[in-house]
Amino acid sequence: MRITVTVDGTKYTDEVEPRTLLVHHLREKLGKVGTVVGCDTSNCGACTVHLDGHSVKSCSVLAVQADGCEVTTIEGLARDGQLHPVQKAFNDNHALQCGFCTPGMIMQSIDLLADNPDPDEQAVREGLEGNLCRCTGYQNIVRAVRDAAQHMSPGAGPEAERIAETKHAGVGGD
Amino acid sequence: MTATIEPEVGKSRRRKEDERLITGRTRWTDNLSLPGMLHMAVLRSPFAHAKIVSIDTSAAKGASGVVAVYTAKDLDPEGAIGLPCAWPITPDMKAPRRPVLAADTVNFAGEGVAVVVARTSAEAHDALEEIDVEYDELPVILDMEAAIADGAPLVHEDLGTNTSAVWKFDSAEAGTGGNVEEAISSAEVVLKRRFRQQRLVPAFMEPRACVVDPTSTQITMWAATQVPHILRVMSALTLGIPEHKLRVIAPDVGGGFGGKIGVLPEEMMSLLVAQKLGKPVKWNETRSETMLAAHHGRDQIQDITITSTRDGQVTGLKVELLANLGAYNGLVGPGVPILGAFMFNAIYKFPAYHFACTNVYTTTTLTDAYRGAGRPEATFAIERIMDELAVELGMDPMELREKNWIKHEEFPFTTVCGLTYDSGNYEAATEKAKQLFDYDGLRAEQAERRKSGDKVQLGIGISTFTEMCGLAPSRVLGSLDYGAGGWEYASIRMLPTGKVEVTTGASAHGQGHETAWSQIVADQLGVAFEDVEILHGDTQSSHKGLDTYGSRSLVVGGIAVIKAAEKVVAKAKPIAAHLLECAEDDLEFAGGKFTVKGTDTSTTMGDVALATFFAHNLPDGVEPSLDSDATFDPENFSFPHGTHLCAAEVDTETGRIKLRSYVCVDDVGVAVNPLIVEGQVHGGLAQGIAQALFEGTEHDETGTLTTGTFADYLLPSAADLPSFTTDRTETPSTTNPLGAKGVGEAGTIASTPAVVNAVIDAVRQFGVNDIEMPLTPMRVWHAMRHGTTDAGGPGRDEAGGGLGSIDATGGAQ
Ligand code: FES
Ligand code: FES
Repeated sequence: MRITVTVDGTKYTDEVEPRTLLVHHLREKLGKVGTVVGCDTSNCGACTVHLDGHSVKSCSVLAVQADGCEVTTIEGLARDGQLHPVQKAFNDNHALQCGFCTPGMIMQSIDLLADNPDPDEQAVREGLEGNLCRCTGYQNIVRAVRDAAQHMSPGAGPEAERIAETKHAGVGGD
Repeated sequence: MTATIEPEVGKSRRRKEDERLITGRTRWTDNLSLPGMLHMAVLRSPFAHAKIVSIDTSAAKGASGVVAVYTAKDLDPEGAIGLPCAWPITPDMKAPRRPVLAADTVNFAGEGVAVVVARTSAEAHDALEEIDVEYDELPVILDMEAAIADGAPLVHEDLGTNTSAVWKFDSAEAGTGGNVEEAISSAEVVLKRRFRQQRLVPAFMEPRACVVDPTSTQITMWAATQVPHILRVMSALTLGIPEHKLRVIAPDVGGGFGGKIGVLPEEMMSLLVAQKLGKPVKWNETRSETMLAAHHGRDQIQDITITSTRDGQVTGLKVELLANLGAYNGLVGPGVPILGAFMFNAIYKFPAYHFACTNVYTTTTLTDAYRGAGRPEATFAIERIMDELAVELGMDPMELREKNWIKHEEFPFTTVCGLTYDSGNYEAATEKAKQLFDYDGLRAEQAERRKSGDKVQLGIGISTFTEMCGLAPSRVLGSLDYGAGGWEYASIRMLPTGKVEVTTGASAHGQGHETAWSQIVADQLGVAFEDVEILHGDTQSSHKGLDTYGSRSLVVGGIAVIKAAEKVVAKAKPIAAHLLECAEDDLEFAGGKFTVKGTDTSTTMGDVALATFFAHNLPDGVEPSLDSDATFDPENFSFPHGTHLCAAEVDTETGRIKLRSYVCVDDVGVAVNPLIVEGQVHGGLAQGIAQALFEGTEHDETGTLTTGTFADYLLPSAADLPSFTTDRTETPSTTNPLGAKGVGEAGTIASTPAVVNAVIDAVRQFGVNDIEMPLTPMRVWHAMRHGTTDAGGPGRDEAGGGLGSIDATGGAQ
C-alpha cells in the first residue's frame, strides 16, 4: 500500500506492507531510529510518538493507519536548535540513565502536560503508567515533568504540532 | 597565582550522555544497518525438556526472503562448541556442555533449536513457523528439592545428578571464627527460618541484540552487552577466532543490571552465521524471547539458623542454600551464591558462621548475575531473621541491630567471613535515617492503630546493610576459582590542543561514566569538564578491560583513570620544567598549571601538550608523548552501607499494601556526582521494592513460563511506586584514593528486606511471621487469615494476642 506520512515536518510517501507497524516504518524505512522498541505486547511505551499531536504507542498502530497524518518523534522535538522544555527538564533533573525508555517517556510527558499543564505528583505518575523505565525508579522523571510544567511556553507542546500540521495540509496536502 | 578552581568531584553535574539520549541521536545496536545486512531469528523450544527426534527445515528454506536455515548439525557439526562458564566454583563441579543450538535434547523452554537467516527480520520470523521439529517430551524438573531427591529424573543424564556443586565456608575451619554447631548446641535461643528468593527477570528495557560484520579483514561485532572485552576474549576462545581479528563494540546499551553479562549462544550463532555467509548479520530479540531466554536472577531457597543469648547477643549463623542454576551454567552463574556467602553476616559481629550452598540444575532458563548478585539474597535473609529474632526476644528490632553491629571506632574490622571492612559508620547513617523517617512518631502511630483496630495497619521495616563492592582484588577472585582477574584499565591521551581523550575498560550501560570520569579527569589534570571525552565500549579504542558489573566501575575503573592521570602529570613535569627553565623540584602542579614555586611563572597542561606535539624543544631523551595508561587492581573491596526504613500500610480487608514512606541514608563514601548517586539509589530501590511486592516468574507444571511478557510479569510503573527520601552520610573508603565505595547495587540490596519487614510488622498481630515474595494482596490477605505455616519460628500461638477485634471486623472471608 502507498502511504504518505509527515514525520518531523518532512513528508514521506512510501510503499508499505499492510502489516507493517508504524514503529517499524519509522525505524526501518525512514531511518527514524530515535524511536525504539522495548516489547511486543504494547506494554512498555518505549515506542511512543505523537500522531496528529497525541501520544500513541507506535508499535500498536499500523503504518497504513498513519496515512495522511502528522507524526512527531523524539528527533523532531527540538526546534531551531532549542531543546523542548521537557527534553531540557529530563536533563536538568537526571530523569534518565540508560535512556532507552526516554524518547517514549518524553513524548508521553508532553502529551500529559498538554492535558494537564500543572499536574501534581500523582497525576504525573498515573499519566506515565503506560511507560516503563527500569533504571530511574521514576522519581526524577516525575520531578522532570513537574519542572517542565513550569517552563512550558505556549506552543511548546502538541498544540504546536497540530498548528504545524494544519499549515502543512494547507501547503501541500494530498 | 593560585586561582582556586572548584573541584569537579562532588558536583551534581548534569550528564554528558543525556544530550544524545534525549534527542534520539543514539546508537542502539538495533539501529545499525549495514549494506547487504541479513537478519537472524532463532527458533526456540516450546518444551522445557524434550528429545529432539527430527528437524525438518525444507519448507523454511524455501520461504520468502530466506537465505539460510541452520540447526546444530550445520553450525556445530562436531558438537564441539560449548558456551563458556568463567566460574567453576569447585574442582569437581559437574558442568554440562552448553551448546550454541540444542542438538539432541532441549533443557529449558526457550532454548534455541534452529536459526533462520533472511533478508528482513519479518521474513526470518515468518520462516521460523515453517520449521517442523518433532519432540519427545522428557520429565520436567522445576523444583530444586525434588531435583536433588533420590531417583529424581535428570536434566543431563550424562552427569548422573542434578547437583552441580556443593560449596562451603566454615569459620572454624577457615580460622576466622568459632564453630556453629557448638554455638547451636549451647545457645539460649535458636531460631530457624526458611526464606525463598523468587526468580526474577533483570528486564533491562533494551532487548539483547548483536550485529556481526565479517566483510573486512577484521570481524566487527556490535552487541548490547555489559562485557565487550570479556565477550571478545570468550568469543575468541569459544570459536577459535584469532582475538586480534575480532573487534567488539558495545554502543549505547539500554540497561543491563547483570542481565547483559553473559556470553550468549545467539552472539556465537551470529558470529558463525555471518562468517559462513560472508555478510553482515543482525540478531535482535523480541521481548518475549528476552523473558524466556535471557538469564534470570535470584531463585534460592535459604535455610537460616541464628543463635543468640536471651539478651540479644548473636552467637552464630548457619546458612544452607539451594541455588537454582537453571539448565546450564551461565558465565558467572555458579558463583552468584558465593558472592552472597561473604555477606550473610552483614554489618554484624558474628562469632561463628557456616555457609553451604548446593547448586542445582533444573529444566528452566539459566540464572546468572542480577543487580547485586548474591548480596541482595544474603541481606534479605539476615535482615529478615534479625527482625524475627527481635520478636522472639521481645526486643525492638533496631535495638537488636545496634547491639550486634560493628561500632564506628572498631573499623577496620575483620568479619567472621575473613573480609576486612575498611570504614563505616552505621550509627551516623541510622541516626540520620531515623530522624528523616520520624521513627519514634511512626512507632507511636503504629501502636495507636493496633489499639484502635484500624482497618489499615501500619508496619515499620528496617534494613541496615553493607555490601562488598568494587569486584575485585584479583587474588581474592583467584582464591574463589573465578576465571579472570578484577583489575581495570584506563588510558589518557593528551591531544595537541589541550583536550583529553580517556579510555576506560569499564563500559557503561546507563550509569553515567562519561560524566563521572570527566569530573575525575578534570580534577586530576586541571582541564575543563567539557574538554574531556570518555571513550568506552570498543575493544579497539579501550583495548583492555574487564567491563561493568558488581559496582566496580568507579572504585576500580575510576581509580585506573586516576592512576593514568598521575602518570600524565609525571610525564608532563620534566617537559614543563624544561620549558620554564627550572628544576623539576621547583614545580608544583595544581589546577592544570605547573607553577614555579613562589613565583607567577607557570605553564598549563595544554601548553605542555602542544609543546610535546611540536617536539621542537623537549628535554634530552624525553619521548614526545604525554599519553599514558594504567591498570589498577584493588587491594580490597569497598563496603558501602546504609540504613533503610520503610513504613507500609496494609489494608487488613484486602491485603493491599501502600508504601507510605521510604527513607534511606546510604554511605557510598565520597560521591563523585551526587545527582548520579541519587539516581542510582532511586533505580535500585525500585528494583528491590519490585522484588518485595511485584515481580516473580511463574511456570506451569509443563515448565512453560506463564510470566513471559510485560503483560504478565509485573514490572512496576510510576503509579506503583512512591517517592523516596534519600540522603547520604560520607565515610570515605580508605582503600582507594577517591574514597568512593560504589552505589549501583545498594538500593536493590537494602530495599527488599526493608519492605518485607514493614509488611510483616504490620500484620504480625495476625500470627504472621513470613509471607513469600512477591507480597501480593492475595498472599498478604491469605497470611492474615491463616497465619504463617513456617515451622520453627515463633508461630501464631505466640503472636497475635489482643488483636481479635480486627479479625472480627475483617469481613473479607
Ligand atoms: S514497544 Fe511499543 S509499547 Fe513496548
Ligand atoms: S532510563 Fe533506562 S529504562 Fe528508563
